[in-house]
Amino acid sequence: MIFLRLFFEFFKIGLFTFGGGFAMIPLVEDVVVNYGWLTETEFYNLIGVCESTPGPIAINMATYVGSVQGGIFGSFCATLGVVLPSFLIILLIASILKNFTENKFFKGFIRGVKPAVVALILATGTTLLLKNIGLTGFKSIKPDLPSLIALVCVAAIYFLFKIVFKKKLSAIQVILISALLGIVICSIILP
Amino acid sequence: MILKLFLTFFKIGLFTFGGGYAMIAQIKEYIVAKEGWLTEDELTEIIAIAEATPGPIAINMATYVGYKKGKALGSAMATLGVVLPSFIIIFIISLFLEEFMNNKYVSYAFVGIKSAVAFLILKAGVDMAKKIEKKPLPIITFVIVFAAMIILDLLSISFSSVFYIIISGITGIIVYSIIGIGKVDKKKEGKQ
Repeated sequence: MIFLRLFFEFFKIGLFTFGGGFAMIPLVEDVVVNYGWLTETEFYNLIGVCESTPGPIAINMATYVGSVQGGIFGSFCATLGVVLPSFLIILLIASILKNFTENKFFKGFIRGVKPAVVALILATGTTLLLKNIGLTGFKSIKPDLPSLIALVCVAAIYFLFKIVFKKKLSAIQVILISALLGIVICSIILP
Repeated sequence: MILKLFLTFFKIGLFTFGGGYAMIAQIKEYIVAKEGWLTEDELTEIIAIAEATPGPIAINMATYVGYKKGKALGSAMATLGVVLPSFIIIFIISLFLEEFMNNKYVSYAFVGIKSAVAFLILKAGVDMAKKIEKKPLPIITFVIVFAAMIILDLLSISFSSVFYIIISGITGIIVYSIIGIGKVDKKKEGKQ
């Protein structure tokens, strides 16, 4: 049943995400692509939308995937699923297990997980970048010129602002700029 | 009080763009400075707990502050408050996005946005990688997980990211908690 599955899969995602929104992206990708809930392209479009709307990325993703798969009730199940593990764990820590985060085994677990989370995020970014410019596997290379140009321009603009104007562009600013770039580049290059 | 918790966190949820860490600034403004529900020290403690526990940082914070101010009901209302704005906005977007994507210029815009998303994720990863402990185990874990992810992905073999978390966590327990290698210097830990 789709509602139970949405709830359960997003519960698992909520339970195993350590270190905020970006860390959640590879976990959500595994699930939505494996179940065929979204194509890879749809998923990355969704990240763009989630980054430019308010609120935690995790909630945005759960709400969207839930809605596409099961309407408003699906949306509710997925969001409840992703929220519940944090909610229950924090409630326990705040009420009974006050010193849980000082526990020796828990600390060891977190220390072990941290570098793996960073690697997951970095690997997600890297494979996405490779796919974007057309490298989808060891054997298939189809250069995607508009994406490549957009990528170079986005990076150039970001570092230009950082170095020349000493200003760090926020995620939403980067996305808005890239949307304009996409329109301009595609209008020029594509027939 | 319960209603106020709900409204304050609703506002925080509505005006936070760009994920958990952006929210910390909002929490500071509303919860610490304006309402005085938390001291700076308590906030630092909550951030540490939120980072060490699974799930979105925003949810962790809302639950914790809600509990401190209004027990179980307070934490439920604060969490509901912080979730609701995203839920409503994204639900509405989800009804139109696919149709919207059929527009030529929207699909052009998303060619650019896709590149920006790759750039943002990569940049977040690089920033975090700089902060990894410069010790053997963290570096080995990082390299193995990174290489495994990339190679399996290029070979189109699926391996759930959850397993990486579980395996590295268990390794952490064995090495740090049971064998006790690499004890953190208390003074150093305080500085980080």
